[in-house]
Amino acid sequence: MERKTKVHAEDGKQEILITREFDLPLKMLFKAYQEPEIVEQWMGTKVVKLENKNHGSYHFVTTDPAGNEHVFHGTVHEFLPDQKIIRTFEMENTPFPVQLEFLEFEKLSETTSKLNMQIIYRSVADRDEMLKLPFAQGINMAHNRLEEILTDLK
Amino acid sequence: MNLRRDVFQAIADPTRRTILLLVAAQSMTAGAIAANFETSRPTVSKHLQILTECELLEQQQDGRKIYYHLNPQKFKEIADFIEPFRKFWDDRFNKLESVMKNYSSENDQ
Repeated sequence: MERKTKVHAEDGKQEILITREFDLPLKMLFKAYQEPEIVEQWMGTKVVKLENKNHGSYHFVTTDPAGNEHVFHGTVHEFLPDQKIIRTFEMENTPFPVQLEFLEFEKLSETTSKLNMQIIYRSVADRDEMLKLPFAQGINMAHNRLEEILTDLK
Repeated sequence: MNLRRDVFQAIADPTRRTILLLVAAQSMTAGAIAANFETSRPTVSKHLQILTECELLEQQQDGRKIYYHLNPQKFKEIADFIEPFRKFWDDRFNKLESVMKNYSSENDQ
């Protein structure tokens, strides 16, 4: 299957570009970012606040499988329906500084659309850490699984 | 994780990227590589040392000469390294797509 989601992280730059083509009309793609109850469904998070307007803000709380709560928040800098969202994103209680996100929504055809996401980090090192996060979590999960198996064997 | 960071630092340097491109075309000796740069031979040697320590380059002895060549396995690791990040977003967007398809069909009825 073709990879619909592409990640471009150029060496030495403090940004990541993520692009994705959707088998959805532009209006439906944008709606997924606009409606709090839909955001909750696909992001698997609790939306405490989502003010989709210029100078608005948002606040999400996600509970991981271990029961730990993770809090995310940010400010909506610009909100232009069916076109773009410019916002900040920060994970509370982590060493990661706030990041700036530019989301551009594009119509490809009547039934398909595209999202261009540019994320800018405070430094190249911060970007590299974020890039490694799912990799590191994957390793941790593998370690935890291994520990569980070993504990069960005892 | 430090070793991995070194790999990324290694490929972040423009001279080292040029060295990798040169060696990708054919195995070369340190002298032949240095001939492509205006920087001093010890500087190029230092770059070669870093690339070898990160296992991006491998040395092969041929008589009295040492040839440098690429380590394809290491490059594969770097490519795979971004994959979990891409997968994270791909899963998330797949979910978005399926949620919105359900939403469309429910609202059409």
